[in-house]
Amino acid sequence: MSDDLEVFRQEVLTELAGAADMRAWDAIRVGTLGKSGRLTTLLKALGKMAPDERKARGAALNRLRDELNRAVEERGKALEAAALEARLIAERVDVTLPPPVEVAGAIHPIARAVEEMTAIFGAMGFSVAEGPDIETDWHNFSALNTPDHHPARTDHDTFYLPPAPGLDVTRVLRTQTSGVQIRTMLGQKPPIRVICPGRTYRADHDATHSPMFHQCEGLVVGQGITLGHLKGCLIEFLRVFFDKPDLPVRFRSSYFPFTEPSMEVDIGWSRRTGEIGGGDDWLEVLGSGMVHPRVLANCGLDPREWQGFAFGMGVERLTMLKNGIPDLRSFYESDIRWLRHYGSDPLAPALLHEGV
Amino acid sequence: MKFSLSWLYDHLETDATLAEICAKLNQIGLEVEGVENRGAAIAPFLTARILEATRHPDADRLQVCRVDAGPGMDNVQVVCGAPNARAGLAVIFAPPGTYVPGLDITIKAGKIRGQASGGMLCSLRELGLGEESDGIAELPEDTLPGQSYADFAGLDDVVVEIAITPNRGDALGVRGIARDLAAAGVGKLRPWLAEAVEGTFESAITWENTDTEACPWVLGRTIRGVKNGPSPEWLRRKLESIGLRPISALVDITNYFCFDLGRPLHVFDAAKLAGGRLKICRGAGETFRALDGQDYIVTPEDCVMTDANGVQSLAGIMGGEASGATEETTDVFVECALFDPVHVALSARRVGLSSDSSYRFERGVDQALPIAALEAATRMILDVCGGEASEVVSGGAQPKWQRDATLRFDRVRDLGGLDVTADESVSLLEKLGFEVQERTAQAVRVSVPSWRNDIAQKVVLAQGNKLEVAVAAKAAEGVALCEAESDLVEEILRLKGLDSVPAVPLPALSVVPGVALTPKQARAARARRILAARGLVETVGFSFVSHEEALLFGGAPESLRLLNPIASDLDQMRPTPLVNLVAAAQRNAARGWADIGLFEVGPAFSEAGQQVVTAGVRSGHTPRYPGHESQAVSLWAAKADALEVLTQLGVSPDALSTTADAPSWYHPGRSGAVRQGPKNVLAYFGELHPSLLQAVGIDTPVVAFEVFMDSIAEPKRRKKAAPKLSAFQPVRRDFAFVVARDVAAENVLKAAKGAERTLVTGASVFDVYEGPHVAEGFRSIGVEVTLQPVEKSLTDAELEAVSDKIVAAVSKATGGTLR
Repeated sequence: MSDDLEVFRQEVLTELAGAADMRAWDAIRVGTLGKSGRLTTLLKALGKMAPDERKARGAALNRLRDELNRAVEERGKALEAAALEARLIAERVDVTLPPPVEVAGAIHPIARAVEEMTAIFGAMGFSVAEGPDIETDWHNFSALNTPDHHPARTDHDTFYLPPAPGLDVTRVLRTQTSGVQIRTMLGQKPPIRVICPGRTYRADHDATHSPMFHQCEGLVVGQGITLGHLKGCLIEFLRVFFDKPDLPVRFRSSYFPFTEPSMEVDIGWSRRTGEIGGGDDWLEVLGSGMVHPRVLANCGLDPREWQGFAFGMGVERLTMLKNGIPDLRSFYESDIRWLRHYGSDPLAPALLHEGV
Repeated sequence: MKFSLSWLYDHLETDATLAEICAKLNQIGLEVEGVENRGAAIAPFLTARILEATRHPDADRLQVCRVDAGPGMDNVQVVCGAPNARAGLAVIFAPPGTYVPGLDITIKAGKIRGQASGGMLCSLRELGLGEESDGIAELPEDTLPGQSYADFAGLDDVVVEIAITPNRGDALGVRGIARDLAAAGVGKLRPWLAEAVEGTFESAITWENTDTEACPWVLGRTIRGVKNGPSPEWLRRKLESIGLRPISALVDITNYFCFDLGRPLHVFDAAKLAGGRLKICRGAGETFRALDGQDYIVTPEDCVMTDANGVQSLAGIMGGEASGATEETTDVFVECALFDPVHVALSARRVGLSSDSSYRFERGVDQALPIAALEAATRMILDVCGGEASEVVSGGAQPKWQRDATLRFDRVRDLGGLDVTADESVSLLEKLGFEVQERTAQAVRVSVPSWRNDIAQKVVLAQGNKLEVAVAAKAAEGVALCEAESDLVEEILRLKGLDSVPAVPLPALSVVPGVALTPKQARAARARRILAARGLVETVGFSFVSHEEALLFGGAPESLRLLNPIASDLDQMRPTPLVNLVAAAQRNAARGWADIGLFEVGPAFSEAGQQVVTAGVRSGHTPRYPGHESQAVSLWAAKADALEVLTQLGVSPDALSTTADAPSWYHPGRSGAVRQGPKNVLAYFGELHPSLLQAVGIDTPVVAFEVFMDSIAEPKRRKKAAPKLSAFQPVRRDFAFVVARDVAAENVLKAAKGAERTLVTGASVFDVYEGPHVAEGFRSIGVEVTLQPVEKSLTDAELEAVSDKIVAAVSKATGGTLR
């Protein structure tokens, strides 16, 4: 290589090494390899040379061109990498900072419990029936074999409303959701399998009673439905609801005007620890029985043809037991702290296949 | 109903343990509510006698006693600090190992100041029984040492309390409970026979029964020359054991029969009855002072007993103060009647008075018992108080209570789910007092015992008034044939125990069950999830609120005001769940939790009926975080909540329009109604009215929404058409329209969207501006329009043409011009 080319080569390599950023690098690239760059100019000058001289110088220039191309490219990559590195350092943030706040919502424990009940009874072929909170005396009591003088009526401290304008019918706030059972039997031919969750009202207010609470009643009417089915159905429900496959369940004779035979249902628990299914104590959780022939007949069903069972449970009571909630009143106080504590995730609804 | 075990043993011969008795009671429907065993806690304490008491050699205030505490402990040395400890005194002794409840210590044998002490002499307070006293308890002089103190003091009796269901009037007497237990296999019912007392003279008082509807039959007799006073010990202890206060022998005897046989009786002081005759009739508005010292007004609905002076008894409920027996009574007239349960129940409720007597009559007393009960009571009065009994006088006649019931044996299995043989079924019924009238291979007809008013009752129906006549009649006929049989099946199952019925799974209606919720119910469930996923927390509020609060939310009709509210602030059916939510926001804010969102899916009540409303509030400010300032909650969040619920539930956003006419509880300029068509309001949203917030006492911003779930049409279930996925990029163009200030942005968007339906696929507002460069009374609305070419890319000319169309359409619809 002739001396001038060697000098040129050294100059370019030194300049490249000294290029601090892409801009300086680009100026060198253009100044060397661009259309009017120094190397390009040298290459253009070849044409004016004598052939023998041109041959030797041409080969040298081509080698030099290849070398400088490589050097420019390499230097460019190195600068790019350095620039990226610098940017990444500059862009660094404190990742321990919290993300923007997204306030979480929650589903009320009562709604959750009703959803669980619906899922479990739904799997046994029940559907959900609803009715009005303001009922006639007949739907709430008389049709259920509870005439006006019946001692059971004094047990239900009933709220009364004035008669609806233009209608001479005693109106009450339903003390039970049984009126929905009556409406179902009047409105649909058996076989019937419904649960009736909803608000119920009794004039009672203390630590263990609320003037409004929720019940979930159930009704099965068909042919050949016996007390054995009642037991099978309720044992199944309680064991799934409390997620205790061996939960002890006890049935005790009792009395309700609308069922016969009637029974109360207890589950095993420990009075000392409150553990469901543990201990030697019993806790009443349900009332139930075979639908009274009079109730069937009041709804136009011939008890010689149809029979079935009915049951009722307090939604709050079962929720309190399941979740260890100590105070009934807290359900209705809408204290945000309580609601967030006991509320459930809307994206985890009660699905049997995911577990209730 | 309370009874002591010793009282039960009067009627029941059994060696069953307390636990066995309680388990059986629970099984047969007599639910045990409590067991009180005062004796158990003090079982180890013994009666004893101090043989000798000498001064402790090393302590002035202590004595060293030698104590006889019965066999095996007849000479125990005990160091005692009581000043009254002295030789010869009968005392209560706690041997080593005894837990002393009043001191919460367990006695150990040891030395006190060097002297051996093998137990403790106790005061009643130390046993947890009595008051503070100066020394140890002093028992009667003749007390035999070595007895259980609990036995000695009559505290060994266990008292059981059971809940009696309204159908079981027969179990409101100890004998009835004993009968049920015996039938269920716990021991044997002891025979009970009343010895007749021959009357020796004519009763000075007679009956005139003019109301055999309310009082079919009444008996009575005079007993003269009695000496009333405190009852004997056994009777007082019996009554005290179940929590009754002994009054006087005559009254205690009536109470005894009330609880022993479930048979209420009443004693009049014969000397205080005027006119020699008690008339059973209806009240006539008189005021009557009952034995409880209260005055009651009796009406023509109430059955009463009157003498020449007026009302002396509210029949079956309570006797009168004026003619009640006292310590001075010498001649007594005993009443034993059958009253109609319905009359007593309604009368007791009307006057607001319930007694042990009315409680029993309401639930039905033994129809055949009056004569025997009167004889037994007479005998006891003569035994306890002396005197001489008259002949029995009566009014009315014994009602015909006899009736039969038939059981087809296979019904125990087909209704009750339990296989019981015919012989066992019959045997169980017989144990309960049913008597076989006729028996075949398939069925048995039995007579119903006089005390079981709940079995084979007269059928009373309350059939729906819209039932077809033939359907109703056939069903009624079915009841007449089935009901008594159900009664008998219940009796058999009760005695066998429901736990013996095998549980059977419900037969599946289909392998995979059908949908449990109606579309409307499913919508409510989804609304909950939608809002909770948006950060709102679900609440459940009472359906009743205060009348005044309801007025603030536009609805407090008198027809929805409770006649008997439990509190004055819970008297009005709520017009919207917002009432509760706003109050809840206020309470939470007052507690320091102002920045929250709450919602409820629940009923709202109006004269038009009940509907489901999904309502929510957001209060306070949005959360702060780096780079993001906190802002007051905005009505747009409430609008977004409402729209999100609606669109997620299948309402097309294109079908909705917003109008600025939300009701009065919203800020008139910052609220709206979301409508589908001109009439159907689906939701309200906005800031709450400042006056309302002031009235409720909230000083933080609150926005709210209400979605009317019942107004949402059921979405049509049709298959979606395949989407048209264009191969060409969409083009987005911005326009700024200057429109009059009162032009709704919604109308600008609608016009833009409608300008060229084949190309315009979206239009949204990106800016609203008022101020310099826009004329007074006008504002500029920036709209981004999305154009989606389908066949080919748009040329500049086409783009220009569609832009012109959009401007023209907006201008035509709103008078707006391009800025």
